[in-house]
Amino acid sequence: MRIALFITCVNDTLFPRTGQAVVRLLERLGHEVVFPAAQTCCGQMHYNTGYRREAQRLAVRFVRTFADCDVVLAPSGSCAGMVRDNYPRLADPGSRLHEAVSALAPRVVDLSELLVDVLEVTDVGAYFPHRVTYHPTCHGLRLLRLGDRPQRLLREVRGLELVELAGAEECCGFGGTFAVKNAAVSAAMAADKARHAADTGAEVLCAVDNSCLMHIGGTLDRQRAGVRVLHLAEILASTEEEPASL
Amino acid sequence: MSATFVGMPAFPAAARAATGDAQLRHNLRKATHTIRDRRRAVVEELDDWPRLRAAGRAVKDRVLRHLDHYLERLEEAVTAAGGRVHWAADAAEANAIVTGLVRATGEREVVKVKSMATQEIELNEALAAAGITAYETDLAELIVQLGDDRPSHILVPAIHRNRAEIREIFRRTMSEWGVPAPDDLTDDPAALAEAARRHLREKFLSAKVAVSGANFAVAETGSLVVLESEGNGRMCLTLPRTLISVVGIEKIVPTWADLEVFLQLLPRSSTGERMNPYTSVWSGVIPGDGPQEFHLVLLDNGRSATLADTVGRQALRCIRCSACLNICPVYERAGGHAYGSVYPGPIGAILTPQLRGTTTELDASLPYASSLCGACYEVCPVAIDIPEVLVHLRERVASGGGHTAERAAMAAAGWVLNDDRRLGLAQRAAGRMRGLVPRRLPGPGAAWTDTRDVPAIPAESFRDWWATRERGGGPDARGPADGRGRTEGGR
Repeated sequence: MRIALFITCVNDTLFPRTGQAVVRLLERLGHEVVFPAAQTCCGQMHYNTGYRREAQRLAVRFVRTFADCDVVLAPSGSCAGMVRDNYPRLADPGSRLHEAVSALAPRVVDLSELLVDVLEVTDVGAYFPHRVTYHPTCHGLRLLRLGDRPQRLLREVRGLELVELAGAEECCGFGGTFAVKNAAVSAAMAADKARHAADTGAEVLCAVDNSCLMHIGGTLDRQRAGVRVLHLAEILASTEEEPASL
Repeated sequence: MSATFVGMPAFPAAARAATGDAQLRHNLRKATHTIRDRRRAVVEELDDWPRLRAAGRAVKDRVLRHLDHYLERLEEAVTAAGGRVHWAADAAEANAIVTGLVRATGEREVVKVKSMATQEIELNEALAAAGITAYETDLAELIVQLGDDRPSHILVPAIHRNRAEIREIFRRTMSEWGVPAPDDLTDDPAALAEAARRHLREKFLSAKVAVSGANFAVAETGSLVVLESEGNGRMCLTLPRTLISVVGIEKIVPTWADLEVFLQLLPRSSTGERMNPYTSVWSGVIPGDGPQEFHLVLLDNGRSATLADTVGRQALRCIRCSACLNICPVYERAGGHAYGSVYPGPIGAILTPQLRGTTTELDASLPYASSLCGACYEVCPVAIDIPEVLVHLRERVASGGGHTAERAAMAAAGWVLNDDRRLGLAQRAAGRMRGLVPRRLPGPGAAWTDTRDVPAIPAESFRDWWATRERGGGPDARGPADGRGRTEGGR
């Protein structure tokens, strides 16, 4: 299958390793990945902070860039959620943007949806001999309704021990600009998330969104908690020949 | 007299102070988690909860769409049943009406049923200014009043207090207001309840005037409905000669059949009970039974303006259950006082800026008091999409005065992000600076690095790695782009 990758601006700029893992994984499964070069950002930061016009411009760019693609993979739960849940609100009903969004948005998926629903695979042949706990990010959980898709993928990874995270469904406190506008509350939420992660005894906390992982990981690193964070793609791309580096 | 919220600092500053209060955080965490777990259990046992929720939403939307019609219907029915209806455009008008009505009775004291509307208009303070003392009779409201405190939760106004603090408040202040607390009062819940019972009993038996709110007003019969857990409300609603109810105009349900939906939704969502312990319903006046004079004060106070906003109006569906407060990770850590309003938590963050406007620093900060995690929307029994309204109100705030630096930064970011070449150039510039990022950032960046490490900037963006790979270049085209160390990629 031909899969268009919407890398997202955060992954593109700060976490290229996640994108490389996605490419490695999908090519290993026999699929073709394309990267439309005109892509930039979904506009989530602008939209969530109250800058609707800027977000609208980025939405226009997004639908123009990906209009012809059969399936668009966004390896970030909140960016996929932005397109599916918020783009329809950004476009005036009856407008051309609204029409384009209605046509494209259902084809924009997160990695776990792509694998489980579109490609119908849960065993991707991965090997990752570590104890892992999974944090279901808010937008993956409540906007995309990913359910247990990520855990089903993780359970098939050879060598991987999946352990339960206490208070898993509670927000980590990132929330985009919330993390700096309300830094004290954000940090208090991250501290609780980090404590729960450390309590699992896991080596790795996994999620489908690098923004949340940047926040949780930044807190864990500052505390020298000894728990690493990894995007789901990097665990699923990991094999005995090419193991993910911890 | 209870303190008011005037002059509160903006949410982030107040919340910062609250996060440092270990006792407060412990009290809140324990209380909210207990109620949220109970709610989850009694909601999950119903297989038709999503349909009940949809019905609740639909009923409220119908009322709001035809509010003019239902308000007149209610007025007719209340009048026909022997009550009198008064219309109040704002808090000042409502306070003047109630003060005038109490004065007309010649009484100087009133007993109060727990009511959000009268808290909202600060009725107690207005009555005090007119020489009338209002006694709160809901146990938690009593604790707040005796402690010269402010409510911090819609359902459990004294949620920030533990029983040791309550004992102290009772011992110190009960005697100033009436029957004192016994000398040997302990912090045993039964002993505390008994002290409150003795203190309040005197008020119930002597009061000639009661003031209440209402959870619902049934338009077809002019019936008012109050749900409570203690029975204290019922004392106030039945014993005094005169009853004055202050009710927001959005509290209407058209018929008793509609009410049935909410009598299921509300107890399960608020206290986590299947059925509410004390549900009082009254329609006008019945000669020889209960209050012989009944006044209904219908309160606007910003509600019509809220109704005019097509996105924000859904906040008027709220039935004040508090499920959104109890699930909210921000409320749990910031506490209710940080919201500077009788309506704290997620619903307060969308209701207060609509009812009061966003002209003060505090009110303008409320729409940002959320990580947009969506847990509030998920538990709301009338499906108010709180994150949607928060974002909508952020637009309102961001397009108003102030926010100059942020607007400039957002415009600059928008300019860079709206062109892939500009983004690529910015990424390459950042890549060249990667060694220079300090562990602790100056200025606004410190808000991040005070508690969190910053991600390391990779030498090469994904798009550059992809371009190199497409050109067939690079010996390591399939692997990590730059042989970076283990923390590369930001972690």
